[in-house]
Amino acid sequence: MSAPAAPVSRPGSPTLEALRMLAHNGPAVVGIAMIATIVAVAAIGPLLYPVDPYSIVAAPLSPPFDEFTPQAPFGTDYLGRDILAGIIHGARPTLLVGAFAAALTVVIGVTIGALAGFYGGWIDQALLRLTEFFQVLPPLLLAMVLVTLFSPSLPTIAISIGIVSWPAAMRLTRGEFLRIRQLDYVKAARAAGARNRRLIWRVILPNALPPLIISAALTIGVSILFEAGLSFLGLGDPNTMTWGLMIGANREYFLDAWWPVSIPGVAIFFTVLSVSLLGDGLNDAFNPKLRRR
Amino acid sequence: MSADPILEVSNLTVHFQNRRSNPFAPHTTVHAVDDVSFSLPRGSTLGIVGESGSGKTTAALAVMRLGPITAGSVKLAGTEIAGLKGEELRLVRRKMQVIFQDPYSSLNPRMRAGQIVREPMDLLDVYDRSERADRVAELFAAVGLRPEQESLFPHQFSGGQRQRIGIARALATDPEIIVCDEPVSALDVAIQAQTLNLLRRLQKTFGYSYLFISHDLGVVQYVCDEIAVMYLGQIVEHAVQVDLFRRPLHPYTWALMSAVPSANLAEARQRRVLLTGDPPNPIDPPDACRFAERCPFAEEICRKTAPPLRAVANGRKVACHLVSDDGEAPQHREGLEGP
Amino acid sequence: MTDKILSVEGLTIEFRIGGRFFPVVDGLSFDLARGEMLGIVGESGCGKSTTALAIMGLVEETSGRVPAGEIKLNGENLLQTSRRRMRQLRGNDVAMIFQEPMSSLNPVFTVGEQIAEVVRLHHGASRKAAMDHAYDMLCKVHIPAPEKRLHQYPHELSGGMRQRVMIAIALACGPSLLIADEPTTALDVTVQAQIFDLLQELRDATGTAIILITHDMGAVAETCQRVLVMYAGRKVEEGPVEAILTEPSHPYTSGLIRCTPHLDRDPPAQLPMLPEIPGIVPPVTELGKGCPFRPRCPHAHARCADMPPVIPVSANHGAACWLQEEERAA
Repeated sequence: MSAPAAPVSRPGSPTLEALRMLAHNGPAVVGIAMIATIVAVAAIGPLLYPVDPYSIVAAPLSPPFDEFTPQAPFGTDYLGRDILAGIIHGARPTLLVGAFAAALTVVIGVTIGALAGFYGGWIDQALLRLTEFFQVLPPLLLAMVLVTLFSPSLPTIAISIGIVSWPAAMRLTRGEFLRIRQLDYVKAARAAGARNRRLIWRVILPNALPPLIISAALTIGVSILFEAGLSFLGLGDPNTMTWGLMIGANREYFLDAWWPVSIPGVAIFFTVLSVSLLGDGLNDAFNPKLRRR
Repeated sequence: MSADPILEVSNLTVHFQNRRSNPFAPHTTVHAVDDVSFSLPRGSTLGIVGESGSGKTTAALAVMRLGPITAGSVKLAGTEIAGLKGEELRLVRRKMQVIFQDPYSSLNPRMRAGQIVREPMDLLDVYDRSERADRVAELFAAVGLRPEQESLFPHQFSGGQRQRIGIARALATDPEIIVCDEPVSALDVAIQAQTLNLLRRLQKTFGYSYLFISHDLGVVQYVCDEIAVMYLGQIVEHAVQVDLFRRPLHPYTWALMSAVPSANLAEARQRRVLLTGDPPNPIDPPDACRFAERCPFAEEICRKTAPPLRAVANGRKVACHLVSDDGEAPQHREGLEGP
Repeated sequence: MTDKILSVEGLTIEFRIGGRFFPVVDGLSFDLARGEMLGIVGESGCGKSTTALAIMGLVEETSGRVPAGEIKLNGENLLQTSRRRMRQLRGNDVAMIFQEPMSSLNPVFTVGEQIAEVVRLHHGASRKAAMDHAYDMLCKVHIPAPEKRLHQYPHELSGGMRQRVMIAIALACGPSLLIADEPTTALDVTVQAQIFDLLQELRDATGTAIILITHDMGAVAETCQRVLVMYAGRKVEEGPVEAILTEPSHPYTSGLIRCTPHLDRDPPAQLPMLPEIPGIVPPVTELGKGCPFRPRCPHAHARCADMPPVIPVSANHGAACWLQEEERAA
């Protein structure tokens, strides 16, 4: 069945088209604005609010917006440390762990998935078995083992998260490669003299990117949650303030004081929400079926 | 036939092993292309026609070395290319290019039209770097696209224009042979005519040799000098255009022609359906005539031995036990002259 | 005509493109008699499939609207009927088959279940009776070994058999109108011939009127009595098959017939170049006033800036071209 003839002469590259689409997507724009705010806080917040998140500023577990402790507007934790300072100073390491772990996840997953999907045959089978091996292990458990082995520090935590969470990206990439590999323009590129390396990285990968970008955006959120989970279990880096660490450290006092746990929890919630909104927006923008006619 | 074939294919065979449904199931083999031989004289067009499952596209991809080859020889301008690998195979692609069926999936959506046409020259190092931009402009003009369209992306073109980009890309390295795999079957009729005329004009001007794959007898008749008819992986008849269409010998060719709808009313109203059922799959075919099951004239011998492709009258070739050496086919004997 | 079952009058269908509505079908009128087979011919985007959607009452579901016109099926205006009534009519009085039978069949139900489903839905027949009816339908569409096919899934059938199943489903409730939208485009030519024969046979047996939507004049020549040629959403010519094929009166029709490489059964050694229609079908967003074929027409002149009405050539043959008027005057 034919839809009405598509109008011709839409300007711009497919990527530009997608970005234009994104700019018209309300929730995605909200997500981008939220991400920009959070990144701004992470980047310049510590300069504007130079309170040491480790120093004790008031009585332990002072409630937020309390008239007796104006020096700690979000209240204090079980040691009397400023929660607002923790949120602001913890933003940068939290985001870095999330971004770095997501990047690592995507790099490992895409590389393995691309090779498996492109070459097929026994290479595909071997890489699939490897992926399944990582998939059957409980990721949190594996990450805990890795973190304990290498002693908890931000880089090892990020690397551990990357090592345990790449299988999803691998399967996605492999699927896209299997689909695109058999399209005529790949045959055409081969006929035009492209070597395998070019076919993988320059012909197929760019066309496989849209779903990968979406999944990468969502992986940032998942990684932040993962780091929080590890910190909650006491496997965070004790020398670096992160939102996860704040939740982990104060969890025993939750029944007496909700704020030392809930405020960093809300910060994580909004961060994950914002990347999810962006991810959904990217999904719509790259999905040609939803493009305006 | 010219003495100097640009392409010579001998005993080309492509088999696929079917995946077994369980470890105890027997292996089945798809005989996609079975012992196919043909040659293409320089500067002419050889058509390969057949229905789905005939193996015409598999054969074309094998010749282009874009698909697997199980056995056989493919000689391009006298050089054996069936066994080439790696860099040698890559560089021989200068001499052979392909035009694909679907103008929507054959162009990389992330490249601009000009880049698409230029890519083969860059990758195969044909023409001087400084000449390539001019060459792209020349090709755009040759296929009837405007120079400013070089910077557009594929989705900004209509189907017919996209096929022109595909044709320009195939011409970029000045190949010796161009395989056209159903180049117009995805296009509207008015655009089909434009594209077919373009292919013919280009051949006239630059002397290209075409291997033309199609299911459409009308299209094949219009562009081809010689035609090979394939059925279930084998060539059943091979003749020059006039002979084939004036007097098809193989019962399959004859039945195929009779099934083509005609815009000539007198012909249209007297058409008869001569074949029933769909063409079967070429899975483990018996050692007999593969058309025997559907053939209205099949005799005992047809179900026992496979007829070889042999020369009959006028240098045409046919693979049928029932066609006599002087070119009399069963349909003529039964008085069923011409479809 | 007294036994008129379908009458389309001034039908206009618009689709939303970039925030504005554009007419994809513009002022289309035609009739169809009981047992008649009408071919609607045109290139992609000419509005032939959209017209079919409108008759099926499915335009609204594809972000379109019908601002003008009427579609009367057995005297009932389909554009004013309720959604509920339309659902009753679909499948019961008007049915449709599509180009790709695989994607129109549900892969997880057997062929028998899918035919029986339609019967049960519309006639409330019992499971047993519906299955029996499904078996009868498979026999009617000449599927080999029908009792076996009844319990098979769509992927187990060949393309030709799937299309036969689609026809069985479409005709299960005995509709008065069947719309076949490029029913053989995805099939081999030998199978196509069988499907055309089947459609004609069923029409003769049941009196179901058939609209064949196609781009292939040859297919129309073999199966239809009447042809309607569409271009850019408008009817450019309509008449009996014989007249249209031998003496096309609209430049687009004659261009379309001549530019198709029809199989020549007594060819010269080298066939001449095909006559071309230059250019492409204009997108609906760029249609101005006047004859839409004007930019591609070899006979275009000043008068074509106004849209010509359908001018009669003979009793039931007409063409939307000013040349027709001049010819009559001459």
